[in-house]
Amino acid sequence: MTENTSIIELSFWQILAAYVFIVLLLAIVRWRKIPREKEILISSLRMTFQLLLMGYVLMFLFENPSPWLTSLIVLFMLGFAIWNIFQRVRGPLTREMKRAIAVSMSIGTILSLLYFNFVVIQFAPWFNPRYFIPIAGMIIGNSMTGITLGVQTLTEHLHSQRSRVEAALMLGATPNQATRKLVNQSFDAAILPTINSMVGAGIVFLPGMMTGQIISGVNPVTAIGYQIAILLGITGAVALSVILFTQLGYKTYFNERMQLKE
Amino acid sequence: MFQLNDVKYKSIINTKQLTIPADTVTAVTGPSGSGKSTLLRLLNYLVTPESGAVSYQGKPYTDWEPTELRRQVMMLPQQPVLFGETVAENLRAGRLFSGREEASEEKLVAAAQQCMLDKNLRDPAENLSGGEQQRLSLARLLLAGPDVYLLDEPTSALDEDMEWNVMERFLAEARRSAKGVIFISHATAMAEHFADHIVHADSFTSGGGLKS
Repeated sequence: MTENTSIIELSFWQILAAYVFIVLLLAIVRWRKIPREKEILISSLRMTFQLLLMGYVLMFLFENPSPWLTSLIVLFMLGFAIWNIFQRVRGPLTREMKRAIAVSMSIGTILSLLYFNFVVIQFAPWFNPRYFIPIAGMIIGNSMTGITLGVQTLTEHLHSQRSRVEAALMLGATPNQATRKLVNQSFDAAILPTINSMVGAGIVFLPGMMTGQIISGVNPVTAIGYQIAILLGITGAVALSVILFTQLGYKTYFNERMQLKE
Repeated sequence: MFQLNDVKYKSIINTKQLTIPADTVTAVTGPSGSGKSTLLRLLNYLVTPESGAVSYQGKPYTDWEPTELRRQVMMLPQQPVLFGETVAENLRAGRLFSGREEASEEKLVAAAQQCMLDKNLRDPAENLSGGEQQRLSLARLLLAGPDVYLLDEPTSALDEDMEWNVMERFLAEARRSAKGVIFISHATAMAEHFADHIVHADSFTSGGGLKS
């Protein structure tokens, strides 16, 4: 699929020149006396280090393709994403809630990934890291953002509307009936950014995958084909993992006697 | 009939034995913070005692399917809650939650009138005053038609005249259809006037027994 247009290899000095943007940011926060210098430094260093590491890992994988290594990397990405959700949600998470997050992330992303790879793209061998890992990254990353939003909305709603949920139980509602409205609101809040990203794609911004492919010389129409497929795949993965999460998540607020836990 | 045997819940409820009839009108009285609401929450199975047993119609709560029990023994919280946008949606919610078939518009109007709520069915419910929302909640409960009504100060936001009138009409309807009512009342006069039995908080908070 690549055409024979040569890509400019960035030299060390060219990459270094890009760090001027960080220097600019540092100058701004220092000038405005905003105490963010440490975070800016740490995150730009982390970004550099993580990407360099990933670059070497990918290079190794491309030279030594193996079903085990590809699976291992994807599982590691999944684990890191789940851990990241635990960190990003404000407030403590119960053990059951963590389990709900982990289960919905794993099932939602893996099912979507399998469908996307085996039915939509159909690359061979199935573990080809050149395809498998970037696609997994996009699907896992977007599901992570979706579930984080879902957890946030669900916990906030169940906190602020506790008396409403309980009033429904008092009338004989099942936990499912009593929480239906706020579970739907949480699902909606979690998938809205994904839906919006489809609306803006191509006009407001050129999505990253397509941009990357175009820069590296791929025919824009081919790049767009991939981009459309991946945006649809992402939407499906986010929807699947978030609906799984909401269905498992609300139940963690009730005990087996269908009472709200304290 | 409800029976509580050796029931303890937190440091609020503590009773050796308490029997409350399920087919007449019982008032629960006592100072605020004495555990009256907690007693109703126990009877609605919203909480489980730490020790002892609660039973309804001779069957211990642990053997009841919780929603099945609550569909027969419904509770109304003190703070009215809205379900849905219009008055009609709110009136229908009780039957919807408890798996009963939908009521006709005539029945909705009749229940609202029984609780002295004179509103159009299509009116938005969030515009109702606190007192009107309490009457809406009472009408919703009446429409749902459980066997026992547990009412936590159901008329606290109404002025005294309205309060007595609404209680009078609600209880008349409950008695007519042979339903039981257990209501919390802050006014002793009202409890004495309307109830067949009075349960004072002393009988379920200080390790005591039945006092009706």
